[in-house]
Amino acid sequence: MIGERLKQKAGFGVLLLATLLVVVPVIFIIGMIIAKGWSALSLNFLFTMPTDGMRAGGILPAIIGTVYLVVVSIVFSLPLGMLAAIYLHEYARDNTLTRVINLAIINLAGVSSVVYGLFGLSLFVVFLKFGVSIIAGALTLGIMTLPVIITTTREALRAVPKSYREVSYSLGASRWQTIRHAVLPFALPGVLTGAILSIGRVAGETAPILFTVAAFYLPKLPHSLGDQAMALPYHLYIISTQIPNIPENYRYGTALVLVGLVLIMNITAVVIRTRFRKRKK
Amino acid sequence: MSEANVRTLGAEPKIRVQDLSIHFGKVRALDRLSLDIRKNEILSVIGPSNSGKTSFLRALNRLNDLESHMRMSGSIFLDGKDIYKDMEAEDLRKRVGMIFALPISLPLSIYDNIVYGPKMAGTRDKKALGAMVEKSLRAAYLWDEVKDRLRSSALKLSGGQQQRLCIARTLALEPDVILFDEPCSGLDPISTAKVEESMSELKKSHSIVLVTNNTKQAARVGTRTAFFLMGELIEIGATEKIFTAPDDQRTNDYIVGRFG
Repeated sequence: MIGERLKQKAGFGVLLLATLLVVVPVIFIIGMIIAKGWSALSLNFLFTMPTDGMRAGGILPAIIGTVYLVVVSIVFSLPLGMLAAIYLHEYARDNTLTRVINLAIINLAGVSSVVYGLFGLSLFVVFLKFGVSIIAGALTLGIMTLPVIITTTREALRAVPKSYREVSYSLGASRWQTIRHAVLPFALPGVLTGAILSIGRVAGETAPILFTVAAFYLPKLPHSLGDQAMALPYHLYIISTQIPNIPENYRYGTALVLVGLVLIMNITAVVIRTRFRKRKK
Repeated sequence: MSEANVRTLGAEPKIRVQDLSIHFGKVRALDRLSLDIRKNEILSVIGPSNSGKTSFLRALNRLNDLESHMRMSGSIFLDGKDIYKDMEAEDLRKRVGMIFALPISLPLSIYDNIVYGPKMAGTRDKKALGAMVEKSLRAAYLWDEVKDRLRSSALKLSGGQQQRLCIARTLALEPDVILFDEPCSGLDPISTAKVEESMSELKKSHSIVLVTNNTKQAARVGTRTAFFLMGELIEIGATEKIFTAPDDQRTNDYIVGRFG
């Protein structure tokens, strides 16, 4: 008996160790960013334009650009991905074509982001003549997040108990009514999880925006979707590699703002998700 | 012609099942089954597991349609209309309601559970819906227990209350036929008695089919009883006869508990 108990303790120990190994680097990274970047944070840093060849002043245009990109790309990809997932899970027959489509979606999630960047450049910037613009970048980022949104939505739909559907059908509801009223409301929290994952990815990716939207430096804020924009990850890349003699806390401060921005957006999404869950109880 | 003939006989059945066979993939669930369900009766269907009782029940409101590997032959008539050829599944299910084995309340309020069906059918009038909620809850003997908390979640009700809520939800559609699929399998004796009471009351205005694993329940509430075995109808007749002097030895064996 004692041997069994020891084995159990050892087992839990290994699991705990694995968890710590995952958590520790995250804490370390965040801690380092905060420690080195905190001193740069100020209202001036957040709300003014860069000056002195981006060695001083604020990072407002990069913040605005990233917010633009996240909002526009999610507005584009969340509904589209949801609708595609609903079709694939609820309507499409299980045949070779759907299986190929599903496989393609899974593979798309593994394509490297620079490929999406090149794709966005050739489709949106050149072929559709959007030019290097927020809309081109946001659509590129949106396409990049589609596989994640489709996959999480499909899992969320799958997790809705079959009995809800049967009850709905047995009360005379049509197929669409059943999906709309007995399936989707209960899948929405799961769908929002996909949105949360996507927000972080959209805000943080550099390669897809490299050719489609990002500007090295702009003296003005963007005021339409057709404008170029600066963005936090690309700005961070520039000030870290392209411009000499930048104070260290300026670089880490930019990283801190990026992390903080993603955190705020995610918290907003989590709050919405909790609201949905509560309403259904 | 044949339809006219049936009408002239007077005792036209509510539902007529003819030569119904159902397969799920390669598994045969029902084999050339024919029987009638009369108006204002409770037809109890008994039989061991895998006897096809539930497949039979789910054929009556076309819920089997949801299974992708289902094949069926034969026909089912509701008031003389072929439910698989002359009716849309949605319209059929409004007239043939179903109560499931486990009480499945949708995670909505009590009120919203009951108006779900009528709303899907296009009723928007708030007053009509409110009246419908009260009427259905009263008919299911639940009104007094929940009238003060119609807007709270249905999931907070006890199992027995939830099952009566499911009955009320079905009644809100004013169906002609109600199918009960082992409605009391998860309920305590008192809740069971309440559900049986509402069944007997509903018989006055509805045709009821009750699938049950509880032979005593079939004996208590059934007007007639049908015994299924391995997808075949072995015997159907008045409940007293089935339980006292069945024609078939296998029926007798099942009732006295020699198998199943």
